[in-house]
Amino acid sequence: MKDRSASFVRRLLPFLAAGALVVYPLALPRFYSSLAIEIFIMALFALSFNLMFGYAGMLSFGHAVFYGIGAYTAALVLKHAAESMALAIACSMAVSFVAALVIGFICVRFTRTYFIMLTVAFGELVYVIGHRLVGVTGGDDGLVGIPIPQISLPGLPVIDLSNMRVYYYFSLVIVAAAAVVLRIIVKSRFGHVLRAIRDSQQRALFLGLNVRRHLLLCYALAGLFAGLAGALLVPFEGMVSLETLHFSTSGNPIIVSILGGTQFFLGPVVGAAIFILVKDTVQNVAEFWMLWMGIILVATVMFLPGGVVGFVARFKPFRSAAGIAKKEE
Amino acid sequence: MAAILETRDLCLSFGKLRAVDSVSLSVEEGALTSVIGPNGAGKTTFFNLLSGHYRPDKGAVLLKGQDITGLPPYVLVKMGMGRSFQITNIFPELTVLLNVCVALTASTGKSYDCLHGLRSSARTVSEAVSIIESVGLGPYVDYKGSTLSHGDRKLLEFALVLAIKPSIMLLDEPTAGMNQEETNNTVRLVREISREKGITVILTEHDIDLVFSISDRIAVLNQGRLIALGTPGEIRSNEAVKKAYLGEDA
Repeated sequence: MKDRSASFVRRLLPFLAAGALVVYPLALPRFYSSLAIEIFIMALFALSFNLMFGYAGMLSFGHAVFYGIGAYTAALVLKHAAESMALAIACSMAVSFVAALVIGFICVRFTRTYFIMLTVAFGELVYVIGHRLVGVTGGDDGLVGIPIPQISLPGLPVIDLSNMRVYYYFSLVIVAAAAVVLRIIVKSRFGHVLRAIRDSQQRALFLGLNVRRHLLLCYALAGLFAGLAGALLVPFEGMVSLETLHFSTSGNPIIVSILGGTQFFLGPVVGAAIFILVKDTVQNVAEFWMLWMGIILVATVMFLPGGVVGFVARFKPFRSAAGIAKKEE
Repeated sequence: MAAILETRDLCLSFGKLRAVDSVSLSVEEGALTSVIGPNGAGKTTFFNLLSGHYRPDKGAVLLKGQDITGLPPYVLVKMGMGRSFQITNIFPELTVLLNVCVALTASTGKSYDCLHGLRSSARTVSEAVSIIESVGLGPYVDYKGSTLSHGDRKLLEFALVLAIKPSIMLLDEPTAGMNQEETNNTVRLVREISREKGITVILTEHDIDLVFSISDRIAVLNQGRLIALGTPGEIRSNEAVKKAYLGEDA
């Protein structure tokens, strides 16, 4: 009887979650829609990061490079080329992918500390370039006055992305679709080869795997999805600032992934929700929200080494729901 | 019998230490050759040169008549070279089955496939299971690598190397740290690989009795130099080998 009710909960959970996500913006004031959008974007940014970190063992301190490049690319397309969100997203992903291929080509030649230091160096390098290229990025002022596009599909009413509730659904669909694709990658042969490389690069190499090339593809895919997250930021904020390229932005997906649990596919999503909610709550009542975030992070590392999802997964009824991406299978 | 692997005047120094010094050796196809020598003789370094882990300062390595000096390990694997490590090297966070599936995927060249799961091919899975059973890890198919005992991890590494279907296997101290039963198991397995599958085996080993009982040929290294090469009988009566092992250096 108990088992039955557990499996019932398990099966119902995804539908409940989906239903809640659909009703959410209608039931709550507009502010909550924008809060959720922030979570979606952060979740995608962290999911892309965790493809590298959780599955391939590459700890990058420069992932904001691709997030920022994605955001600037989308903004430039919307401003100068065409007011098309589809084009902006496609360009962001392509440019971030190519940028990640170039930077990754150098980074994957090194391991551990050297890899990390290189990602830091490239992060700083791209930030400084962004700061200096005032004509392209707007420098310290950022890019402002970006037109927010509408989407008109034949047979459907025009979708106005400047409406926060509409943008909620738009970003939800994009992030969910991206998460599905990332999940397929993680579950694929390539995904398992990445885990093997994470466990032992040497063994993988001596089984005939071109370790660097696999890591490079992983790095570039992570860059591509970070670029998509960056593109989603543009219509939401109506501007792009240099902060998207900043070192501290690179730190966010690391914190978020560890909070949620790097060995669970949905860990970064849960981490993103906690991160944004803590930020919002603390900012309303106190200063220095990062201080509180830091305390939470330290507590997580000390007491919940598998992250929040790892903790929840210890309880039976939730195990398979959280297990959407336990390392194994 | 033809030489499958050959070294010509192979040299590698670490600073002033000549770890491998002008070693010219040819290994016959299908034979089981052991490389022995006192501690620090250069056995592991020699292995690392053969398998592409190190690049020699001088000299050449030939595999099936082709110069493979300086080629990366993953290319050598494609040419039929498999190796195990002195310190067991597996994928601890993956199950035994997935360990072997990854190895099989590596050799089929489908490792970049982002769409299909490792287990999507029933053939891969059944092949993996039969390899796992052949090394005696059948009951542990769904165990994580990290949960296996030391001896079983060594067996899993064997399975990984077998999965890439090598024509030559380098085994760096395959029985190191094993108890008697595990050692016997491993020896049986090595014999089977060598005799039944016809895979050329080169191994290093500390247990001299074991070496003399299973080897077709024995190469003796001392201070980086090849001091003797021959059948177990020849090596047993070789003066230079006796000296090296008794520590009476000339």
